[in-house]
Amino acid sequence: MTVHTLIPPRPTTASGCGDDAVLRERGQREVFCGLTSIVWLHRKMQDAFFLVVGSRTCAHLIQSAAGVMIFAEPRFATAIMEERDLAGLTDANDELDRVVGRLIARRPDIRLLFLVGSCPSEVIKLDLHRAAQRLDKSFAPRVRVLNYSGSGIETTFTEGEDAALAALVPHMPAAPRDAAPSLLVAGTLADVVEDQFRRLFADLGIADVGFLPAQRLADLPSVGPATRVLLAQPFLRDTAKALEERGASLLSAPLPVGAEGTTRWLQAAATAFHVPRERFQNVTSAGNARAELAVRRHRAALAGRRVFLFPDSQIEIPVARFLARELGMEIVEVGTPYLHRTHMAAELDLLPAGTAISEGQDVERQLDRCRRAAPDLVVCGLGLANPLEAEGIATKWSIELIFTPIQGYEQAGDLAELFARPLARRQKLAV
Amino acid sequence: MQLTLWTYEGPPHVGAMRIATAMEGLHYVLHAPQGDTYADLLFTMIERRDRRPPVTYTTFQARDLGGDTAGLFQDACRAAYERFKPEAMIVGASCTAELIQDDPGGLATTLGLPIPVIALELPAYQKKENWGASETLYRLVRGLARPRSADHVRGPRPSCNILGPTALGFRHRDDLLEIQRLLETIGVAVNVVAPLGARPSDIARLGDADFNVVLYPEIADAAARYLEKAFGQPAVRTVPIGVGATRDFIAEVTRVAGIAPLTAEAGSRLPWYSRSVDSTYLTGKRVFVFGDGPHAVAAARVATTELAFDLVGIGTYSREFAREVRAVAAAHGIEALITDDYLDVEEQIAALRPELILGTQMERHIAKRLGIPCAVISSPVHVQDFPARHSPQMGFEGANVLFDTWVHPLMMGLEEHLLHMFRDDFEFNDRSGSHLGKAPAPVASAAAAVEPAPSVVPTTTRWDEGAERELRKIPFFVRGKARRNTERFALERGIATITLDTLYDAKAHFGR
Repeated sequence: MTVHTLIPPRPTTASGCGDDAVLRERGQREVFCGLTSIVWLHRKMQDAFFLVVGSRTCAHLIQSAAGVMIFAEPRFATAIMEERDLAGLTDANDELDRVVGRLIARRPDIRLLFLVGSCPSEVIKLDLHRAAQRLDKSFAPRVRVLNYSGSGIETTFTEGEDAALAALVPHMPAAPRDAAPSLLVAGTLADVVEDQFRRLFADLGIADVGFLPAQRLADLPSVGPATRVLLAQPFLRDTAKALEERGASLLSAPLPVGAEGTTRWLQAAATAFHVPRERFQNVTSAGNARAELAVRRHRAALAGRRVFLFPDSQIEIPVARFLARELGMEIVEVGTPYLHRTHMAAELDLLPAGTAISEGQDVERQLDRCRRAAPDLVVCGLGLANPLEAEGIATKWSIELIFTPIQGYEQAGDLAELFARPLARRQKLAV
Repeated sequence: MQLTLWTYEGPPHVGAMRIATAMEGLHYVLHAPQGDTYADLLFTMIERRDRRPPVTYTTFQARDLGGDTAGLFQDACRAAYERFKPEAMIVGASCTAELIQDDPGGLATTLGLPIPVIALELPAYQKKENWGASETLYRLVRGLARPRSADHVRGPRPSCNILGPTALGFRHRDDLLEIQRLLETIGVAVNVVAPLGARPSDIARLGDADFNVVLYPEIADAAARYLEKAFGQPAVRTVPIGVGATRDFIAEVTRVAGIAPLTAEAGSRLPWYSRSVDSTYLTGKRVFVFGDGPHAVAAARVATTELAFDLVGIGTYSREFAREVRAVAAAHGIEALITDDYLDVEEQIAALRPELILGTQMERHIAKRLGIPCAVISSPVHVQDFPARHSPQMGFEGANVLFDTWVHPLMMGLEEHLLHMFRDDFEFNDRSGSHLGKAPAPVASAAAAVEPAPSVVPTTTRWDEGAERELRKIPFFVRGKARRNTERFALERGIATITLDTLYDAKAHFGR
């Protein structure tokens, strides 16, 4: 039962929609800026602190996106610029030094400090790269200080993680010249998912596996020409480029979303590391079967249903592929804030031919299209969800696709359930 | 630069959004970078609004900055007008757009739209949310309100405008209903409520009323002052939170409206509940108050004069109301905490060890961490502050709500006596206890383990066996406090080992 479900190597037919026209729109974009990714990055990177150099808006955004204030002193903060910081950049730098000094004195547990650029800091051209170099020197070796931009003018939501990881890449240790091939998994995964993948790779016989980001700065994996990179997230354009500049090579694979995606993703690594076919099947068949079973439970509720995905995190295309192929849903439109054709190549091949893809956004026009299409389910951000529900349209919050573990075999059923729940709920409600 | 972990207020353009979202037929075009649309979810998620805020954002990106951002803004204005056909438009910039100096007001005016366009200048690097709301309402009133028209027919009753309730306001929806009922009882007609539910055409006829009721001074005082000056409309400024303040409010309204004084206290239960014997145990409970200026001032009055609590601390994040809050503090012989630094507030609460915190959602988190009962009295708001049931803070029903929500977190009176009486009973142990006497939530303690809050009192003293045994006899819900107080007492006196005597010396020292 399981062996025949294992996927063949990359399809050679011209199915999929890799070459189809994409609707490109420029208008109001109802998306978060890159600062938002601090919300999960700071949980993953346990000795890192994220200091946004920005405005009250930046602080308010992160606070609103983080939702609950569980932590008395979170490992993120905003240095809110005030009138006098705008007047003179020298003063702004002095102020920044003062704020960072106070912060580091207060948090002796911090090993890595990110100065995170924002829209206002970018517009006034506050050079956070130089500031980070200056501060890095003065706090070495106890604290490393790096910078990246999470500004809305340069990054959309998850691209903030891309920028943070790209800033880390130059500081990854160099793999020895004669190193054996190693695997690097890039993109934040929930710890539980990371552990599952570690076990699978170990069972496949791939011994040297690193994860970026690491929980601690000291555990940053090494990188070099023998490094093979698997992307665990779809939004890592700059990180992938930076890793390639360090000599690493990128493996082409769909993302580990759903049973099929996970198997193909693992297969890409297995092929690169010459894992015998039989061993691959032995290692993956149980997980694959469990995932298929768990997904199948939700198929009846979702098959044939029409789904419309608004752009949010760039995970939309992999998720649409999963919904179409494993749950039999019909994709009305799949929006993505940015379409990286190379990274998405394997995904686009798997999408049903003719799937409508949109890149960028004009939210009002997209809402018009959505209402006209009257889908059974809309995947969208929190700003749109309740208004659409009030219009009678079932919605799924797209942010859950980032905040909850969805990757890997053991999460495939949970992922399917995320989409089944809003529909099941509407069936139960009689008010 | 100000190092900020958590903020009490958003930027001023969020204040403007609270006005626009409260109203009908008004559209806000905001020059803002990609990402600033996050503010929509404050309204759709926290307040569960069924419509998107009436806001169009330019959401410019870096690639637009080299080009024509001014053109982008004008396109957005035109498209918003065409799509939404508003009666009036407000235009402005968020913090980043302020830096690129495109002059949204000027740009929108040159479009020649056939509706009033009101430009907002909200300096994002100096001002905050409430100021932004106040300024926006003031600009709208200034731009749209007309004096009483010549053909205006006066009704049989005096009339007023109710000014201040907004979207995302703390209990504004319910307060408004309560005050409308109260004014109806008194015999005062309501001409316009603004901004909540008002159209620009309603703002235009504010001048028809005899006077204004300023329900939320942090939002409506500037507009009311303008109306006073321009149209000679007096303003009622008593904030009717609590029984006493509601009585004062009625007295002020009747005086300004020129009608006979009256009492209208049907359904007011707080006075009797507070005098009933079960409430005896509330006497002298040590309370800490923090919130926006008007809510903090009102809470202090209710807490001390209507529940007989002791005010041990008071503060506000609204610098605009520092004077009023300091005056209340001085009357209670304490010093006010005027700050928007969350860590300062936490530090003061930890030092004062109140028995009840009346604060915002931020203090609720502090309270959870410190294991102190808490009730929320003010913005910033949380989804819980928009309950399904009617739950006002204002008027007599509001006072009833205050009694319930402030008293329930505390141990019930008779129950407390029983717990003391049976504290040595074999069935009274740490596992059983009151339904109310909860240890800090596990989430909070787990979080504290990951992110230790700064310890206020370092423990370098030890307990001897007898004292430790005695401590265990103290009911679990006050044991933590007894332990902390005793350790503080010992530390301050350089006592290395806490004995039975130290424990009771400390009890005598801290006891009232």
